[in-house]
Amino acid sequence: MASSIRVRATSSGETTEVQALIQHPMDSGFVKDAKGELIPPHFIQQLTFEYDGKNVFIADWGPAVSKDPYIKFSFKGGKKGDDLKISWIDNKGASDTTTAKIQ
Amino acid sequence: MTMTNDGLAATRRLIIKGVASVALVGLGQLPFSVSRALAAANDKYPEDAFKQKSEADAIKALYGKNPEPSDKVKLDAPEIAENGAVVPISVSSSLADVSSISILVSENPNALAASYKIPAGTVPGVANRLKMAKTTNVIAVVEAGGKLYSASREVKVTVGGCGG
Repeated sequence: MASSIRVRATSSGETTEVQALIQHPMDSGFVKDAKGELIPPHFIQQLTFEYDGKNVFIADWGPAVSKDPYIKFSFKGGKKGDDLKISWIDNKGASDTTTAKIQ
Repeated sequence: MTMTNDGLAATRRLIIKGVASVALVGLGQLPFSVSRALAAANDKYPEDAFKQKSEADAIKALYGKNPEPSDKVKLDAPEIAENGAVVPISVSSSLADVSSISILVSENPNALAASYKIPAGTVPGVANRLKMAKTTNVIAVVEAGGKLYSASREVKVTVGGCGG
């Protein structure tokens, strides 16, 4: 199965810029479906980026983050060819993990 | 004789220096491990803060204190967002020792939208996309050096992004 996470991590020598796009409905619990019934909340709660055994970024999200969330940040260090591990867990306990090579 | 004395004095100075640096290292260890333990505790998802309705309550639940406005917190948001379901918002800061960045939307059903932990070595900035129910203030809160700073900006929303 294809991963729900798409990542691009680019090293500029000093810093590594990370952009991630995750496929997730991010249902807020306030939206009604075609039958007029509320769609229960379903959203990513925590997203972590790990490099060299250390967390370099942790996102705690509520349902107000847009569907198919996008995120961008940078961290100091990070070598071309090294691995960056990305994982998320949602409010229903589902999760996904992927590893991206820094370019 | 004078030579020996000088030599002795120099050795003594070296020893004192050595002892002093060992003592400093020893002292340094303790606060470090304590802050590490705190950081681990902070890795937990702040469920309570996300349940708060108002931004003041959410900030209190998250940090336990109030922010002061600062021009060192840079909040980038569109003046008018045509689609409230996808509003690009980015926050950065020129403050030192930033440990966390949170973004709140005043009149959303729950004010807190996202909270980011910034470990040492990570650039204090983040870009993401949020949902906004209607025209209201977006607030960025930055925790730096144990203090809270904020910036806010009104975003006009043409079509709300929270359904209903």
